[in-house]
Amino acid sequence: MFLWKVFVAALVQQRDQMGAKMADLEQHWAETRGLTTWILILWFIFSIGIFFFANSLNSFTFFGWPFGFYMAAQGSLMIFVILIVVLNFKQEKIDEKFGVAEDE
Amino acid sequence: MEQEKKTFIEMLPKIYGMYTGGFIAFIILMAILEQMGLGADTIGILFVVFTVLVYAGIGWLSRTMQVEAYYVAGRQVPALFNGMATAADWMSGASFVAMAGGIYFGGHGYLAFVVGWTGGYVLVASLMAPYLRKFGCYTVPDFIGTRYGGNLARLLGVIVLVVASFTYVTAQINATGTIASRALQIPFEVGVWFGLFGILLCSMLGGMRAVTWTQVAQYIVLIIAYLIPVFWMSNKQGFGLIPQFVYGDAVQRVTELEQLHQVGVLKPTESFAGLKALTVPFVAAGGGLAAWKFVTLAFCMMAGTASLPHILMRYFTTPSVKSARRSVAWSLFFIFLLYFTAPALATFTKLQILDPNLATGIIGKSIAEVNAMEWIQKWSAVKFLAISDSNGDGILQINEFFMRGDIVVLATPEIAGLPYVISGLVAAGGMAAAMSTADGLLLAIANALSHDLYYKIIDPTAETAKRLIVARILLVVLGAAGAFVASFQLTSILGAVAWAFDFAMSGLFFPLVLGVWWKRANRQGAVAGMLLGFLSGTWYLYMVRWGGMEPWLGIDHLRFGIIGCFVNLVVMIVVSLATEEPDEATQKMVDEVRIPKGETVLAASH
Repeated sequence: MFLWKVFVAALVQQRDQMGAKMADLEQHWAETRGLTTWILILWFIFSIGIFFFANSLNSFTFFGWPFGFYMAAQGSLMIFVILIVVLNFKQEKIDEKFGVAEDE
Repeated sequence: MEQEKKTFIEMLPKIYGMYTGGFIAFIILMAILEQMGLGADTIGILFVVFTVLVYAGIGWLSRTMQVEAYYVAGRQVPALFNGMATAADWMSGASFVAMAGGIYFGGHGYLAFVVGWTGGYVLVASLMAPYLRKFGCYTVPDFIGTRYGGNLARLLGVIVLVVASFTYVTAQINATGTIASRALQIPFEVGVWFGLFGILLCSMLGGMRAVTWTQVAQYIVLIIAYLIPVFWMSNKQGFGLIPQFVYGDAVQRVTELEQLHQVGVLKPTESFAGLKALTVPFVAAGGGLAAWKFVTLAFCMMAGTASLPHILMRYFTTPSVKSARRSVAWSLFFIFLLYFTAPALATFTKLQILDPNLATGIIGKSIAEVNAMEWIQKWSAVKFLAISDSNGDGILQINEFFMRGDIVVLATPEIAGLPYVISGLVAAGGMAAAMSTADGLLLAIANALSHDLYYKIIDPTAETAKRLIVARILLVVLGAAGAFVASFQLTSILGAVAWAFDFAMSGLFFPLVLGVWWKRANRQGAVAGMLLGFLSGTWYLYMVRWGGMEPWLGIDHLRFGIIGCFVNLVVMIVVSLATEEPDEATQKMVDEVRIPKGETVLAASH
């Protein structure tokens, strides 16, 4: 409980000092939210969306694979890895822009 | 001390580089001994015993009596190594032994697991890992309890965690028992306890620190054991050096062969316990209900991935928020290496069994000829496959060949005529996969019970030494309970694994997500949501599996998490909005979680 009170007091103090910075933090969160939304839209397309049409996608081939099968066995998996790398890269940029990245 | 720690972290690439080299030297030594006439059984025993001893040694060296080291490995695990440890934590005996076989039998439909078990990491990276790391919790219920406040929320978090993880861990202990009993040629019941002994050696003395460094070692063994046979086989049969990128034509050839052998047309007329005949065409996806079942299963596995505490807690061990995020990318990359190989392995095995032009092909040949094959005799002796001339024409049809899915990983090296040393390697890999997952799960349960239930709720004044001793006793008791349940072999491995995901998503997915992303979420909402979400999911599982209820919209017992997490979401929003908003301190805490800079929300030692 004691720790909790210290923590709350520290936060209140911080708020008073950083009134001007609040707008910045809101902007930081707005951009973070925007980036996350985009990543989740792409995630939804490649993990759920395209597999509603897997049967139709199988009618053409991609380097020999029926395309629907390829996406489930390999294509979507690679896209997931890329999505996370892109997310990290952009999020690090956003954090640096608003000065909230961690000290190295 | 600080200096010493730093050197250890800096030395990690060198240490694990030497370890990998040592393991490869061991494989070569075994291959030489095999040429000199060492028996196949002895090689299998040496592989399993040697690797388990190495893990136990790492566990012993990582012993600790510090809270921070025991719960979160001192928060100093670099992103890349945490990625390997997470991959080992993640890939269970089921991924290693059963996945390729599942794809062999289930074709496109089974790939929903492959998509789900990788796509979930996008949710972990975007919604969970960095924010939970900033929070600075030791366990997942630690976040729930602090963010929403109150012991009830914390307790519900603990209950969901225990149910989900315990369901999962029995399957893993079962798998270690199966592999140990086969490799060491001891009864299954003894094998289970041998497996448990190895698991506890890795986790008991050093908690998260020991589990982290053994899991890295286990990842190296399991990925080598999975990839080497596939590369070797592929080169032997002319598919090229990296077969994963070029097996498209093999998939098409399999489709032709399946039409030739009338897969899906000929149905088996006999049945053998635990064995299946191939009836599902490989590539066909199906529309309508089949597509719906694919996406619902994939969704359950993804939301479950992002809620399973033994995975989330791995990201508490990194030095920073940034490295937690990067570590998710590494995790998925290391998991990807195995998951994009499994469909290739399933394709090669199919080709070998179905293609009458290959020496290994058996379908369409005379029963007498097939029965004379060495691998057929060996695996039918242990009841892993069965051949029966149902129509009495003396020729083996597709519906007359029955096998267990596990064979795809376990026997393919033999089918392709690789030396026995490869089979020993595969046994060691399967053991590493099952042990590492069991370790992570047992530790997640024991930590939640010792930190959240015992320390935070029952005795907040307990001293450090006492807390850590309680944690260890719980680990042993839980492990023994898991082994006891596993020795009854109640569910098939896959059923239990899918249920763990559904339990976790029913109870934890939205309380975790909304805790970070919706400031208005409050205690009342979280408590009501977790309770009703978890209960409704469990009720649905019971009704569909045992109560004789018709599943709604094809949502069967593998997908009950959809019901649970939907109820959880609706209840949580409605109750939160109907009650007062969280106090200012809680809202500030959420603000704090959303930026990487600054101290963790919870004090370093709490």
